[in-house]
This record gives sequence, structure tokens and C-alpha cells, in this order.
Amino acid sequence: MNTMSVSDPGTPSPPADQARPRPASRFARPTAYGLVLGLLALLAWGLVQADSGPRGSGAAPDFTLTGFDGRTVTLSALRGQVAVINFWASWCPPCREEAAYLERTWRDYQDRGVVFIGVDWSDTEKEALAYIDEFEITYLNGPDLGTRIAQDYRIQGVPETFFVDKNGQLRGVHIGPLSPPELEGRIEELLAEPEGNPPPA
Amino acid sequence: MLNDVGLLALIIGFVLSVYAAAAAAWGGWKGRAAWVASARNATCLVFPVLTLSVIALVSALLRLDFRLAYVADVSSQSMSPFLRATALWGGQQGSILFWAWMMAGFVGAAVLRPWKRDRELLPWVIAVAMLTTAFFVGLSLFITNPFERYWLLPGAQELTRALVAPQGAMPYVAADGDGLNPLLRHFGMIGHPPTTYLGFTGFVIPFAFAMAALITRKGHEDGWIRATRRWTLLAWMFLTVGLVLGGRWAYDVLGWGGFWGWDPVENAMLMPWLTGTAFLHSVMITEKRGMLKVWNMILIILTYALSLFGTFITRTGVIGSVHAFAKSALGPAFFLFIGLTFLGSMALLFRRLSDLRTEHELEGVVSRETAFLLQNLLFLAITFAVFWGTVFPMISELFTGTKITVGPPYFKQVVGPLFFALLVLMGLTPLLAWRRHGLRSLARTTAPLLAASLVLTVGWAYLHRLHPAAWAGLWLVSFAAVSVVAEFVKGVRARMESRREGPALALLRLVGRQRQRYGGYIVHLGVLMIALAFVGDTYFKQETQGTLSVGEELAVGGYRLVFEDLRGYAGTDGRDIVEARASLYRGDRFLATLTPRRDFFVVQEQPVTVPGVYTTAAEDIYVLLVGWEEVGLQATTFKVYLNPFINWAWVGGVIIVLGVLLSAWPAPKAFSEVSYELRPSRLDRAGSAGE
Amino acid sequence: MKRPLEIWILLTLGLALSASFGVEAQEGGGFPTDNDVNVVAKKLYCPVCPNTPLDVCETKACQDWRAQIRDQLAAGWSEQAILDYFVAQYGERVLAEPQRGGFTSLVWILPVIAAAGGLAAMIEVVRRWKGSPSRAGPPSSPPPAALPEMDPEVLARIEKELEKIT
Repeated sequence: MNTMSVSDPGTPSPPADQARPRPASRFARPTAYGLVLGLLALLAWGLVQADSGPRGSGAAPDFTLTGFDGRTVTLSALRGQVAVINFWASWCPPCREEAAYLERTWRDYQDRGVVFIGVDWSDTEKEALAYIDEFEITYLNGPDLGTRIAQDYRIQGVPETFFVDKNGQLRGVHIGPLSPPELEGRIEELLAEPEGNPPPA
Repeated sequence: MLNDVGLLALIIGFVLSVYAAAAAAWGGWKGRAAWVASARNATCLVFPVLTLSVIALVSALLRLDFRLAYVADVSSQSMSPFLRATALWGGQQGSILFWAWMMAGFVGAAVLRPWKRDRELLPWVIAVAMLTTAFFVGLSLFITNPFERYWLLPGAQELTRALVAPQGAMPYVAADGDGLNPLLRHFGMIGHPPTTYLGFTGFVIPFAFAMAALITRKGHEDGWIRATRRWTLLAWMFLTVGLVLGGRWAYDVLGWGGFWGWDPVENAMLMPWLTGTAFLHSVMITEKRGMLKVWNMILIILTYALSLFGTFITRTGVIGSVHAFAKSALGPAFFLFIGLTFLGSMALLFRRLSDLRTEHELEGVVSRETAFLLQNLLFLAITFAVFWGTVFPMISELFTGTKITVGPPYFKQVVGPLFFALLVLMGLTPLLAWRRHGLRSLARTTAPLLAASLVLTVGWAYLHRLHPAAWAGLWLVSFAAVSVVAEFVKGVRARMESRREGPALALLRLVGRQRQRYGGYIVHLGVLMIALAFVGDTYFKQETQGTLSVGEELAVGGYRLVFEDLRGYAGTDGRDIVEARASLYRGDRFLATLTPRRDFFVVQEQPVTVPGVYTTAAEDIYVLLVGWEEVGLQATTFKVYLNPFINWAWVGGVIIVLGVLLSAWPAPKAFSEVSYELRPSRLDRAGSAGE
Repeated sequence: MKRPLEIWILLTLGLALSASFGVEAQEGGGFPTDNDVNVVAKKLYCPVCPNTPLDVCETKACQDWRAQIRDQLAAGWSEQAILDYFVAQYGERVLAEPQRGGFTSLVWILPVIAAAGGLAAMIEVVRRWKGSPSRAGPPSSPPPAALPEMDPEVLARIEKELEKIT
């Protein structure tokens, strides 16, 4: 629009009496601020979430896993033993790198108070069973239904291995495939600790 | 050496930006013109200074100077010089510098104008705009610095990134870089970031002017709107082009046969576009009738805030997406800035709310003013729906611990009807008069258009019997299109009658003299073409998949695809290729040989699917090579899409650019547009030119 | 030629078998076809890759999942049963369309509420716009100079001409 308006000096500021607050606007201001602050809070939470890695300490989140072969295991029932929780999937190439090593180590330690739990994450049963057959895995492996366990442990991918001490405390996570002698080293450390002691600071 | 110059320039640019913001604010507050003038000079200097930084980085990329970590990340010896240069925006650090550079350019250009009018806005425009620029330059300098190098600490297994050597570290120079992610080596992805950034940063100008207007209590005047009209248009145009290019890239490279997936990052870019479009239209009302002033402020604040929000989501991985950059340390800084900007501008708006009273009264409920108000609401409703769908997965996870996906089915169902309503509005509004429009006369003018478009639609629907929503979509698009064409026809006819010009000359002069209006109509036509592509993609798409041996065929929509051959070979830039050859027939007529392939970039371990596409105006046949046997030609799996109207999206993009350029092109003084107020000077001419 | 009859039987069987494979390889062959699988896969998202629909995703995992759908379809599972299975196995985020019940219903309801609220707001604004002229704010541009006295007939004609153009 071609306004012939010469700019500015002409138009005065609005007179003060026109600044009557309208009834609706009493709610507008707090609502608007509330919404924006709510959004910012959500974003802040999202940021914190995005930056946090897998759980590495604190009480290990409890779960009950039903294996492909029907056996079940509940983590909290394993007090007094060291638990090694390995997240894997049949379509994950690095998982295959560590599969034989895991099974070997399990066979060495199974009578020494160590429990291996394999959590199959986002996988198909057919391929998972084929994977278990291929590496002749004997420790309990089961599907993570609804990926609940994975969410509790906040895994970022597979393979990831979590170590739980005799008191049910998480003592670290290994991201990526394990190679000798990492696994034995961790297990020996945790086995050596007496039960009932709080973890070192 | 050049790298050091680049780093130095970045530091100087930051100092200048901070100074400009502070000096302008001081000068504006205290009324000291000297400070403001100094701030203005500083502002105009930032762009040339940052250009040095950009030149340094681009030169390092071209020369493959692997001392810089960024160069090692995004460049490699197998990349052509052109690709290496465009890798400037291929990674996080480079793209932030690029963003800051563009912003400095925009702000510098905006501030360079003569400022004969609206002079009291100047200090605050500079203060707000340079505050933003300082933020982005600061990001580039302190958090994602492109001039960092890789260092190897003794005994460490990973490299450290830093500007200065950490204690005892050795500099690490890679032998070859990782190279640009193969998915990004496409003209769409090369053009998409620059145009998108231009769009996002362009909106800082109207935002700064709006804030300046509020601060100086000139929000009730349209000076700030007049001053920024072309900037708004340009920013909007770039954002639109960015969206179209992004869609084109997705279509060509991501290999799922579509161009819009309602992915969070796509939505993040769509939202400021939606509010920006609403803003673009809404300011027209203020210029003409002095209404919707508060709306304009809300819309520009939203547009700008959503741009920041969009880039925040893209770069921090807060919402997971296929598009997102790798995680970085930007998050907290961005978060603070978004918070400050949003809360600050809201507070300012609330304080000055009483200034922004509407000028005129509404005389008729059925009028163009109401239509614009309805348009604002519809755009905001769509923006809210998209926003809600995008952030809801986060909300769900926060409150229930369950992750959910909000995908295309949600958006299509929720947003679809709202877009349909917008199409109706787009067709109706040119027919509506200002102030008041009688319902009967509206019905009279609308009826023939509805009929014409219905005929078109029924004709098409007869050929392709499908979902009723498809017919509705088609009808509405053609209604709006017919309505726009009718505007041109009316205008040309009026000129032919009143000035006795031939049709071609009349059209030329019509468009030339009323560029804003007819440029706008051309943009509408472009938008309708894109809408047509969306309707085609949503409702008329067909697909089929099957495994073939040589000589067998797949059929879809009247086309036949016959599998001919499959071979594997190594490509020139580090990729292994498996390529299939297939012949496309329509009935018995041979159309083309298509070569869909699957490339595998060995170093990056990145597979890239390259479709074989047969393109016509009406539709695309889009063929993907999905699977094959390692040995032998017996079981090759193809997926074939029939995408109707899809090429109208790209054509529409071009038309939009032409329309915007026409609309924004400065008109010679003599050819000002017709105003709706009768002016004494015009009455003489009107009286004598009539019959 | 030892045992020609057995050889002939074997050859015939082999040919018959390969012919049936040939039929399967053609589009339109045995259920479930790739298209049948894709119809179900379209309603699902890859549980592992971010925001990728299952019918489009090209990773090995997704191929396994599509194969699983194929097996389930072949075993006679209904589409809903397959979707329920995926939700039980991989969580709710595997569904492309959010469920209509529970907390997730909020994602559907709120836009409707927002649109309704917007409409109500608009009606209120329109009513306010139609209010008394004394509430009008200051003009955005100075009012035009007063019109000179004109013959009302000429004015009417001009208005008509202008209306033709608008």
C-alpha cells in the first residue's frame, strides 16, 4: 500500500485512559508465562536426558527376565553373587565379536558365584535363537519385552555390559565389545569384595 | 597462518558484536546519537571481518589442511573441490560459523540503509539484532570453534579437540579426512542449509524492528512493518526454498519414495515457516486497516523463537531424529538464549500491550479482515498441532516413562483438515471485500469458481477412483487455483476496458504496477502447486514390491517394470556399487531404462540408496533396489512407487521464488499501487479516464 | 544308462519344483507377498533406528522384522495381532500412530481443544472489533486530507469502477 504518510512526528502516543485492562487479559499473562516456562522446563529435562549416558552407578534397577528356554531370573534375588548383564542383538556385528568370549568366561566362573544374564534387545526370536545356537551360549538369555530393561539401564546401543556387585549396586558399564582380559579382570575385582560392604566412594 | 587469521577475525567479530549491542543500547537509552552512530559502524564491520574467518575455513577445506579438526571431520581427498567448499556447512562447527556470518550480513545490510524515516528505531534494532549476532559468534568462538585442532595426549586412546595444546599433548594431523557424510553429497543438501539459515536469520530483522517499535512505544505505527516488508518476504522465500530443497534431498537420497516425513527436524523447520507465513499476511491488515497489531507482535515473536527452537532441536538431539547433527555442547547455551529471548520479548509485549489498540472497527463479520483473522488462527492451530506432536514423545517419556512415536498418521489426520480449511480461505479471500461483504454477492462470485473446480476434480476422480478425501483435496486445490486465475482475468479485463490495452500488454502492466498484489498471487499459485504435490503424496500414491528374476516384471498403475540385469562394480570416490537395470513400459510402449542402485561407501560404512526415477509432469515412477542375491540374478527385490503430482512441488518452489522477487522488486515511484482510499489527486485522473 | 526311470522321475520332479519356485518369484504369487508385509510394516516404526518406518528401513534388523511379519501373516495372524505383538515386544513407540487411549490420548485431544479455544477466541475478537468507535486506538498513519466536494453521481461511478478492480 502506498501510504503517503510522512513518518513519525504526527501520531501521538495513546492516552492513558485507554489502557483499561480487559477482563480476559487477567488470565492471559500468567497463562502465557506458565506455558513458556513449562516448555523451557521440558526442554531442560530433554537436554539433561540427551546428555546422560548409560547408568553406571547406584542401585541396579531390578527386573525379571524370562529366557528363551523358559528359565527366569530376578536380579534382586541374586544378592551375594556378582551379576554380569550383557545387552546384545543378533543383528549387531560387534556383539558377535564378544559372544564366544562371554560364553567362555561364563563357563569358567559359573560355579564361583557369578551370574551371567544376556538381555536380547529389540530382536526377533528366530534370529536370536539362531545366534544362541551358533555360539553355543548356555547362560540365560531372554528378550527384553517392551525394551523396559534397556530403558531402565539407559543403554545407548548394543553391545553394552553392566556389572553388578554382591550388594546389588551397579559398578560400571562397558560400552562396546569386551575383549580379554577385561571381563575376567572386572569379575575378579567384584568377587574379591566381601559382601555387605558399601562400595568405595 | 591463514587459520590464525581466521581465528583472530572471529575474536574481533565477537568483540565488535558485543560492542555494537552495548553501544546501541546505551545510545538509545541516553539519547546519544554519537554512540548509536558508532554502534552502526561496528555493526557494518562485523560481516567483512567474519568473511575473513569464512575465507580462512574454506581455504583450509579446499587445501585439505588436516591440521584443523573440522577439515579432517568433513573433508577428504576423494571429494571434489566443490564438495569440499560446501563442506563449510557440512558439520556442526562450520555451520554455526556460517550462520553467524549470514546473520552479520543481514543485519549489516539492514542497518546500512539511509534511515531517513524511523530513526528512533535504529538504536534498538541494532541492540537486539547484534545481541543475537553476538550470541552466534560467541557460540562459534567459545563452544564450537571450527579452528580447533586434534591433539594426542600421551597414553590416551582418543583424540582431544582444542584450540590450544593441552599439557604435554602432541598435535595430530590426519593423513586423510573422514569426508562428508555421503548422504549429504547432493545438490539439495548443498543448497538446503544456506537457504534455511538465510530464512531463519532473515527473520531477525523484522523481529529486531518489532522489539524496537515496542521499546520506543511506536508499536502502534506501521513504520516498522513498512521498513521490514522486503526483509520479511526475502526471509520467508529463503525458508520456503530451504524446505523444498530439503524435501527434494529426502526424495532423491533417503530412498523412501516421499519428500516429507513429519520427522521432528522437518517439523522444527515447518513451524517458523507457518507462523512466518501468517505474519506475512497479518501485517497487510495492519498496513491497510490498523488492526491485528497484537497479533503481528505475537506472530513475529513466535516465528523468531521457533527458528531458535528449531535449530536447538536439530543440533542438540533433544528429540531424536534421522536428521540430527551429532551431539555437542551447544545445548545449555542455546537453551539459555531461547529462554531469555522468549521471556524477554513476551515481557516487553505485555508491558506495551496498551499501545497496540486496534484502530478501526469491524463493519461486517463477512469481510476480508475476518478472513485474515481466521487465517491467523488456522496457521496457529496448525503450528500448535505440529508442535504438540513433535514434543509429545518427550512429554510422554517424562510423565509415564513410555516412549512413543508420533508419526505421519497423526499429522495427516490432525493437520490435514486444518490445511483444507486454509485452502478454502485462500480461494475465498481475494473475493472478499474489505470492511463488509454481503453474503449474497459472495455466493454469486464464489459459485462459478466452485463449479469450475468441481468439474476439474470430477474429471480427474473419474479416472482415478480413490479415497473421498483425495477428491476433496483436489477440489480445494483447484478451487483456490481457479480463484487466483480469476483475479488475473478480472484485472486484465478491467485494464482492457478502461485503457483499451491488448490482453498481453494489460497483463504485463497489471502485474508491473501492482507488484505486491500480483506477485503475491503468483506465490499463491506456487504454494498451490506444492499443495497439489502433497495431496498426490498423501492420497494418490501407489506402491508395489516384489522379487524378480531376469525377465520378470512388476506392475503398478498401468506401468510395467521388467528386470534386465544386475551388476556390481567399484565407483570413483570410495564407494562400491550394486546396480540393477530395469526397463519401464507403459502397456507395450517402452519408456526408459532405469538403474536403481545401492552404493556402499567403504570408509564411512555408509550405505546410500540411489533410486531410478522416470519423471513426467503427471507423476514419477520411482524404483528402489531393495535386495539381491550375492551370487546369481535370480532373486532381486524391487520396490516401485507411483508418485502422482510430485514434480509440481519443485515447480511450485521455483514459481514461489519468482513471485516473491516480483513482489519485493522496488517499483519506480510513478507506479505506486492503487490505494483503497480516494485521494484528491487520483479523482481527476479517474474522472477523465472513465467513459 | 543305469535306472533311466528313476532319473526321469527325478528330473520331472525337479522341473516341477523349480517351476513352482518360478511362480513364487513372480509378483502376484503366493501369500504373503511383499506388499502384504509392507501394509503391516507401514503401521510400525523401526524399534531401533530413529523415526524410520519399518517398510522403508534397510538395516538387517528391519529385514529380520519384516521376515517375522511375513511368517506371522503366513501363520494366519491378523494385522492387529501382529501390531499387538510388536508393542509387547518392543514397546509402544513401535507404533506409527499413537494409541487413542490412556495418557497418549492427550496427543489427540489437545489440538482439538486448542482449535476450539481458538475459534472461541476469534468470535470474541470479532465481537470486540464490532464495538463502539470510542475504543479505537491511535491510527497507524495520519488520516488522509479531506476530500473535496464532489458530485455524488461521479463518486458513485468511481466507486463502481474501483469495485470492479478489487
